[in-house]
Amino acid sequence: MTTTLLISILMSVAGAATPLLIAALGELVAEKSGVLNLGVEGMMLIGAVTAFAVAVTTGSPVLGCIAAMAAAAASSLIFGYLTLSLTANQVATGLALTIFGTGVSALAGAPYVGITTQTLGLLFPPSLATDPIWRLVFGHSPLVYIGLLLTLGVWWFLKHSRAGLILRAIGESDMAAHSIGYPVLTVRYLAVLFGGAMAGLAGSYYSLVLTPMWAERLTAGRGWIAIALVVFASWRTGRLVLGAYLFGAVITLELQAKAAGFSFFAPEFLSSLPYLATIVVLALISAGRRNARLAAPACLGRPFRATA
Amino acid sequence: MFQITRRRLLTGTASLAALSGLGVAARAQGKDKVKAAFIYVGPVGDYGYSFAHDQGRKFLEEKLGDKVETSFVESVAEGPDAERVLRQLAQAGNDIIFATSFGFMNPTLKVAKQFPNVKFEHATGYQTAPNMGIYNSRFYEGRAVLGTIAAMMSKTGKGGYVASFPIPEVVMGINAFTLAARKINPKFETQVVWVNSWYDPAKEADAAKALLDQGADVITQHTDSPAPLQAAEQRGAIAFGQAWDMQSFAPNAHMTAIVDHWGPHYVQSVQAVLDGTWKPGDVWGGMKEDFVEMSPFNPKMPEDVKAAAQKIVDETKAGTYSVFTGPINDQSGTEKIAAGQVIPDADLLKMNWYVEGVKS
Repeated sequence: MTTTLLISILMSVAGAATPLLIAALGELVAEKSGVLNLGVEGMMLIGAVTAFAVAVTTGSPVLGCIAAMAAAAASSLIFGYLTLSLTANQVATGLALTIFGTGVSALAGAPYVGITTQTLGLLFPPSLATDPIWRLVFGHSPLVYIGLLLTLGVWWFLKHSRAGLILRAIGESDMAAHSIGYPVLTVRYLAVLFGGAMAGLAGSYYSLVLTPMWAERLTAGRGWIAIALVVFASWRTGRLVLGAYLFGAVITLELQAKAAGFSFFAPEFLSSLPYLATIVVLALISAGRRNARLAAPACLGRPFRATA
Repeated sequence: MFQITRRRLLTGTASLAALSGLGVAARAQGKDKVKAAFIYVGPVGDYGYSFAHDQGRKFLEEKLGDKVETSFVESVAEGPDAERVLRQLAQAGNDIIFATSFGFMNPTLKVAKQFPNVKFEHATGYQTAPNMGIYNSRFYEGRAVLGTIAAMMSKTGKGGYVASFPIPEVVMGINAFTLAARKINPKFETQVVWVNSWYDPAKEADAAKALLDQGADVITQHTDSPAPLQAAEQRGAIAFGQAWDMQSFAPNAHMTAIVDHWGPHYVQSVQAVLDGTWKPGDVWGGMKEDFVEMSPFNPKMPEDVKAAAQKIVDETKAGTYSVFTGPINDQSGTEKIAAGQVIPDADLLKMNWYVEGVKS
């Protein structure tokens, strides 16, 4: 295997992993605060269509990404209002948000079908990335670096900041946190908004970086993988980044193996690899500890009503 | 992959419509107005295969005006879900239902038996019933044009093929592409990557990139989104549009596209229902019947390539060229079709072997 090929594969892995990682980070923060938002796929689609529409209208992909975050965060606010203020069921509301996002993105995107736009440019000057090895360091889309920086940020926030501690406390025991005076609903609203913005940013990766176009259901179910990754990572930031890159690697290697004419396995087997990997890792995680559920925030998915 | 579609929201509407449909008595002879329904495997906004069918539906409405009332359900999963959607459409009082994807074949057959008064037409399959006809497009005629262009323009002699599912329709296309390419360059190879989906832009793009990484410099696709084209555009390779002119997505990479014209067939079928003359047909139209058309060649294509591609188009229309003319060897190099023989249609529709030069 030549170096160039290896570099290409590694670049593809980072590309496939990045949107999953960004969306999963948002969901992780929301879940750590005790809110299960199954609307990631819908928010990603809202983000994808907004990013594309804004990039086409203004000519600026960067503005597109920012607008995507804003639009998806706005849609998560609907979810937040229904589940936090009106204490609606989180699972049902999240699913509704996905259906809503799928429909509304198709509707809003209709005028943008069949055109393309400029992609989000590279962060570093291309002259830095001429050599294949340096390309691996400098040749990625800006979102790849942003994804890794966000991971660091979320890890620091959850593990080492006071605000992160409060957020985790609320996710573990909302009543206790409430009784010592922490604003449970406000924190949860902020966590949901962050989750929405991240899903929007992840969506913009599809419509502005990977395939600069809009088509209905562009993300084709990637939002569900992001939700699964959070469980897969047993709610830990470090494992989340590993999981996302592992998924990216399996997705990429499946296609690379087929493209290399590696016909030892049936194509159906190779396609099922990402899911087999999920099962294997889930089994390993739960074998390591008595119960994998121990890792889940105790108040995940439970509505909170302030009693006093 | 978990997908939620608007189909579930349509369920309620369909049941309401079913109530009103009960009053409609099926008349043996002609009708004043026909209700026609379509089910698509992808979203109408895919700008590919399902989009092309929907253009056909719009053409039908335009031509027959208020003599026809159409409806469609998009993004229907192939398999048991399709059966439920088909049954609902049949109960909703539709006179004719077009099931537009190969994987709808068995569900359509099953529902057709349960609703003998409703007419069904299934695209790209091979099963029929007294009230179920089939129609198809000879896409492979276009694939032969693509193969010719690919072999003339490729420097590496390696073509990448982003394919959906190993069904006869797709296998036939891969073979036609490879056969035509090897007439130009006998060493040409086609590397196939199965993405196991008709529509998954991210995966289609990644598959195209993987093929380009492995040395292919031409990308062909039998999936429905423009994503592989865009991947080729980003890498400076050449590629072809699927089902519709996709030039706007890849102005440099897009050489031409196989454009599907379903509209004329839909008009013909619905007119037959209006006249009371509908019979379960077995229609397989190609370039000659205007089912298949090549979109305008990219101006960047060299003149000799344009001429060679146009020659295939002209000879196909004249009926003097078929890409499936022997001698044809299979993957192992053994002769499968003797010189001068042409593979009959019935065998094409069940094709489950690859010609020499296909790597899958």
